[in-house]
Amino acid sequence: MIGPIVGVLFDGFAYGMLLFLLSVGLSVTLGLMNFVNLAHCGFAMLGGYVTVTLMNDLHWPFFATLPVAFLAAAAASVVLERALYRRLYRASDLDQVLLTIGIAFISVAVAAYYFGTTQQPIEMPPYLRGSTTLLGVNFASYRLFLVGVALVVTLLLIAGLEYTRFGAQVRAAVDNQRMARGMGINVDATFAATFALGSGLAGLGGALAIEIVGLDPVFAFTYLVYVLIVVSVGGLGSIAGSFAAATLIGISDIAGKYYVPELGAFLIYLVMVAVLMWRPAGLFGRR
Amino acid sequence: MIPQSGNRFSDKIMRRQDAMANTAGAAKPQLYLRSLSRWRPIEIAFWLATLLPFVLFPDYLSLASQIAIAALFALSLDLILGYAGIVSLGHAAFFGIGAYTAGLFSKFVWGELFSGMLVAAAMAALVGYASSFIIARFRHLTLIMITLGLGLLLHEAANSANWLTGGSDGLQGVQAWPLLGLFKFDLYGTTAYAYSLAVLFFVFLAARRLINSPFGLSLRGIRENWMRMPAIGAASRAHIRKIYTISAAIAGIAGALIAQTTKTVSLEALSFERSADVLVMLVLGGAGRLYGGLIGALIFLVARDRFSGIAPQFWYFWIGIMLVAVVIFLPNGILGGLSNILSRRNRS
Amino acid sequence: MKLSRIAAASLLASAMGIAAAQAQDTLKIGVILPYSGQFADTATQLDAGIKLYMKQHGDTVAGKKIEVIRKDVGGIAPPVAKRLAEELVVRDKVDILAGFVLTPNAIAACGVSAEAKKLMVIMNAATSIITEKSPYCTRTSFTLPMVTQTLGAWAAKNGVKKAYTMAADYAPGHDAEQGFITGLKAGGGEIIGSVRMAVANPDFSAYVQRAKDINPESIFVFVPAGAQPAAFGKAIAERGIDTKKIRVMGAGELTDDSALKQMGDAALGIITAWNYDHNHNSKMNKDFVAAFKKDNNGVNPNFLAVGGYDGMHLIYEAVKKTKGKLDADSLIGAVKGMKWESPRGPMSIDPETRDVISTIYIRRVQKVGGQLVNVEVDRIPNVKDPVKAAMKK
Repeated sequence: MIGPIVGVLFDGFAYGMLLFLLSVGLSVTLGLMNFVNLAHCGFAMLGGYVTVTLMNDLHWPFFATLPVAFLAAAAASVVLERALYRRLYRASDLDQVLLTIGIAFISVAVAAYYFGTTQQPIEMPPYLRGSTTLLGVNFASYRLFLVGVALVVTLLLIAGLEYTRFGAQVRAAVDNQRMARGMGINVDATFAATFALGSGLAGLGGALAIEIVGLDPVFAFTYLVYVLIVVSVGGLGSIAGSFAAATLIGISDIAGKYYVPELGAFLIYLVMVAVLMWRPAGLFGRR
Repeated sequence: MIPQSGNRFSDKIMRRQDAMANTAGAAKPQLYLRSLSRWRPIEIAFWLATLLPFVLFPDYLSLASQIAIAALFALSLDLILGYAGIVSLGHAAFFGIGAYTAGLFSKFVWGELFSGMLVAAAMAALVGYASSFIIARFRHLTLIMITLGLGLLLHEAANSANWLTGGSDGLQGVQAWPLLGLFKFDLYGTTAYAYSLAVLFFVFLAARRLINSPFGLSLRGIRENWMRMPAIGAASRAHIRKIYTISAAIAGIAGALIAQTTKTVSLEALSFERSADVLVMLVLGGAGRLYGGLIGALIFLVARDRFSGIAPQFWYFWIGIMLVAVVIFLPNGILGGLSNILSRRNRS
Repeated sequence: MKLSRIAAASLLASAMGIAAAQAQDTLKIGVILPYSGQFADTATQLDAGIKLYMKQHGDTVAGKKIEVIRKDVGGIAPPVAKRLAEELVVRDKVDILAGFVLTPNAIAACGVSAEAKKLMVIMNAATSIITEKSPYCTRTSFTLPMVTQTLGAWAAKNGVKKAYTMAADYAPGHDAEQGFITGLKAGGGEIIGSVRMAVANPDFSAYVQRAKDINPESIFVFVPAGAQPAAFGKAIAERGIDTKKIRVMGAGELTDDSALKQMGDAALGIITAWNYDHNHNSKMNKDFVAAFKKDNNGVNPNFLAVGGYDGMHLIYEAVKKTKGKLDADSLIGAVKGMKWESPRGPMSIDPETRDVISTIYIRRVQKVGGQLVNVEVDRIPNVKDPVKAAMKK
């Protein structure tokens, strides 16, 4: 009897890890730079389309496409950051919302124009298909892989922010921008790099998401709500928070659907509202 | 600093600074409020212009009617967002409650319009008042996400209660009696526009009066500094609860209008897209200046209609470009941007 | 005063048929589809069907030049659908309303069709009651109960005694589930459990595990088209459900071409009932598929494309039959009882209900030449909408 439950919880955890990859970048930009980037999922979508194109048209192996998806999203975000976002760092939240919604609209239309409106199929390599049975529990190979990637990314991010020079600069810039400038830190460049990193992770998330949730031009909007939920529940700017929130949302969603399917559609929102009423700044929020 | 003549949009942008200056220093805030509530020629021109579609675009009255309804909805959001600083991504909840209440009322009681609208407004106000106790406790992203969550929960609940709402097929059997017993709702949308416009105008008058009252002034104070207002004796939370309830009622009226003029009610009235669209319209027009929502709804919906006529599949692109251009060239929305430009020109 | 005069004039004009005042030699068709947003792909397919028919049969029929005016409704938005229908009638002076992927939009437009007296051709929306909302409404797709009730009856006849149902928790899901249950029970089968699944649902593992715990001999599934069928198929494989031991059945969207490509071998053995598949073996269908693929980057046509294609056929034939008379009464009269050969097989319009009658195919996913294919294993000819049949009794 335990077997199926462990399997379901694991699926929930893997789903949570997908949400984590999609949302951690937004948490960082929103928390550290105070910039409301609703086009975040557009970068994820870009990563997805890069992977699809490389695999289906140029016959690249799946793994080789992942770094390209990351880089493409990061590069696109740098272009946008330099051209548009930068102007609005000091503008009102509402203007930021309008700008980034506009960019998301554009990304949807461009994707529909170039790739058509169909769901994009990709074929995973054989070792990522099917499932492995361990102690009588079914673990889907792809989800194992997804969890692995997410854990590696988390460790790298935490280590990077805690122990590298760049991490120290980011933390300094966030804690006290003026002071950081005074110490000779190039705050603008630090922010641009942070932004690129966050968007790149979204691109990676988008590429990894295709196998689980599919990919079509409205991806930029479909997952925005989920991403915002993870970010707010986790607490702005906290990597550990996003990780915890994504896990909580993924597992409670799946477990809820398993035990009380009548509440299946409500659960994720109930959890969010409950957490925010209990801790308005999110699980790991600092306010 | 009291504006001398009232014929410029720029008066409105200066209002915020004026509010600060006057409440702080002026001995007679009444004078300031009175100057605000004076009708400017451009406002009168605006409302006269709303009558033009009857003459100039008789084929576009259905669209005009839906623009008027969207404008009313945006106005309701402006009251909380523009004046009290409450950003909501779940405002469609009240629009939907109004639509479903009016629809069900017409189905089970009768199809008389005004009674249906009042019941819808009352229901939305009731739910608004109940939820305002939650709303008043939060700010910023938390507030946005809680409004979003509550809105989505209501959407799911309406889907589940398909014995009442008809679920995703929509509510069947909505009826609407002729306006004033005389004018049937016709294919041209003539009656629909006349009705929507009249309701928009009267609600606007009420909202304008409210905003230019001491209560409206303290709301703006809350927007500017939430923590300090209680220190000068204004009860922030009570004020927020009050304006939130009023805003919910107006959103409910807008919902009732869409139900009555189209005789359709569906889950879309409660959807996240509707909440997001109205926010975009308001911010596009310019929040916190009463006319922003009206202008935003007009421009957004006309642009959408035109663009989707040209490219039904790719109009998102042009709308996106328009939003980006507005942010870059006219920050603080169209009205905000225009008044900035005008005041800069006047100064030089 | 002015108001009432315009209103009266408009009513009069619409009642007389505005087309009369228009140029006599054009036939205007207003097509309302969700060209943008979440359902954009349905519009792409359906519209491609419309375009292909016009390309093959010319844009003139019975001396009338056909003009198609396309409007985007942008998703589920009945007020917009109603407004667009009104505008098409009063501003663009269309003679026929067509398209409609989504039920709530179709119902809203039916009000306009009835009031303005315009023929309305539903090319997809599959809820039974829609065609009852206007006396000028007809349909060239299918109804969900037509598909699922037929599947239920077929299953009962073919050894399924006990089934577990899993349906998306929204109106089409409820219709599909109800249809299957009715069909199965009428044949002596039994439902051993049901679950309704959240509509916006990216991950099915929890629901599939619930089904597996019960270990039913068969499962009936209904999920919305798009990304979900593939996700469901993968969940079946990941949770270790063996489609050889547990029969998995559903409506044809579950094993639509794009879904099959993503599911891979997990789809093997799934049984579906549907009105059309691009592998249907007939000369007409082979030509249709070849022409369609040529125009659409090698994408196979699906049920939406054939719905649009047949919808245009219906319009062309009706106008031929009325010799160019475009008033709704003549057109709907011409439509009633019309029979033709479609890429999907023989089909006709029920003279009593104005609804579609067509063959429903039972298919099983198999591997043919290395490709996953819906192989027809049975066919039930001349299926009518069972809900309307039941209402009459």
